[in-house]
Amino acid sequence: SILEYNGAAIIAMKGRDCVAIASDRRFGIQAQTVSTNFQKIFEMGPRLYIGLPGLATDVQTVHQRLQFRLNLYELRENRRIKPKTFLSMVSNLLYERRFGPYFVEPVIAGLDPKTFEPFIASMDLIGCPMVTDDFVVSGTCSEQMYGMCESVWEPNMDPQELFESISQALLNAVDRDAVSGWGGIVHIIEKDQVTTTELKGRMD
Amino acid sequence: MSERYSFSLTTFSPSGKLVQIEYALAAVGAGAPSVGIKASNGVVLATEKKQKSILYDENSIHKIEMITKNVGMVYSGMGPDYRVLLRNARKLAQSYYLQYQENIPTAQIVHKIANVMQEYTQSGGVRPFGVSLLIAGWDEDEERPYLYQCDPSGAYFAWKATAMGKNFVNGKTFLEKRYSDNLELEDAVHTAILTLKESFEGQMTEDNIEIGICNKDGFRRLSPPEVKDYLASVQ
Repeated sequence: SILEYNGAAIIAMKGRDCVAIASDRRFGIQAQTVSTNFQKIFEMGPRLYIGLPGLATDVQTVHQRLQFRLNLYELRENRRIKPKTFLSMVSNLLYERRFGPYFVEPVIAGLDPKTFEPFIASMDLIGCPMVTDDFVVSGTCSEQMYGMCESVWEPNMDPQELFESISQALLNAVDRDAVSGWGGIVHIIEKDQVTTTELKGRMD
Repeated sequence: MSERYSFSLTTFSPSGKLVQIEYALAAVGAGAPSVGIKASNGVVLATEKKQKSILYDENSIHKIEMITKNVGMVYSGMGPDYRVLLRNARKLAQSYYLQYQENIPTAQIVHKIANVMQEYTQSGGVRPFGVSLLIAGWDEDEERPYLYQCDPSGAYFAWKATAMGKNFVNGKTFLEKRYSDNLELEDAVHTAILTLKESFEGQMTEDNIEIGICNKDGFRRLSPPEVKDYLASVQ
């Protein structure tokens, strides 16, 4: 299956006045692990991040094409894009390829540039958006991630609690998946800072 | 000398002008007066809609039209050219909404319309549009009103208050005296009517002028009874 060729795991969670997004770091070709520092989360704005799990070539191409569109948007409109609008932009980009899609199922996490309201969302490979109030997951071990998130998530967690929850959810989910893992990275996005931490996990 | 260069739009005259655009501006200057005023909490557009015969059904055709819920426009000049631009503008605004699920900001739609107008000054076999547009919008993000003017050349300007069409010079002078930054929308409507009155021949009624307002609740054209109320406080 194409979406399972490279393997990936991404989670985004909402906290009180903050959001978190985390991913694994493996880049593999089926069973063979090739790299352990592959970037799957990209910064699209000072408080806007997108996680792209799926086929690695499409991860990179979608990121580049999205960056292209976003740059023109920001130049034309002379403002930072809102997370909700960015969601529509990504959805539009993916649906343009409805009958020959990009094999990525993105996850978006960010804070509104004006109100700093937290926002998380995910979508399928043809752009169907889903906005939630708690957490979103995407990748080859999505079932495992759903299970972990349901257990550890609670509303209104502060940045430190959120970090613990998202890290535990990711680490334990990828340990039950052959093609995800080999390290993790977490971004905690708050109004005035973004904290990036590398997770130490099982390297297998 | 410049007549030699007036036939082809895409040819510059020796003085550096595109004469067709000058002529288009003349067409605008001969058109019915229109006025736009930006208040602190909204924008008003007003225009004269004199019909040549009493047999005209006045309320069937409108000069002030909505582009999207938050942006409207009016013109001075050739009505048919206006219709084409209006249709174009509406489609452009909808394309934006389709992509971003967000209403197009006023400055963006003005830019797109102006680009269309500019294309017609640099393409083969076409002539410039014989209209100047006044575009009024409310920006949801910045929570402020905007008033722009688009010329046949494709140039656009942001205004606090302006007049176009017949007697626009007098109109602008009148507005320069009457405008203040803390004008509210109600006062702006009043001032707009007075500005139109300066160049109006005959009696102003709710059937021979049109007024549109744009505020945080969006753009809408005032109904004849509403216009009548405003006129009553002026006359």
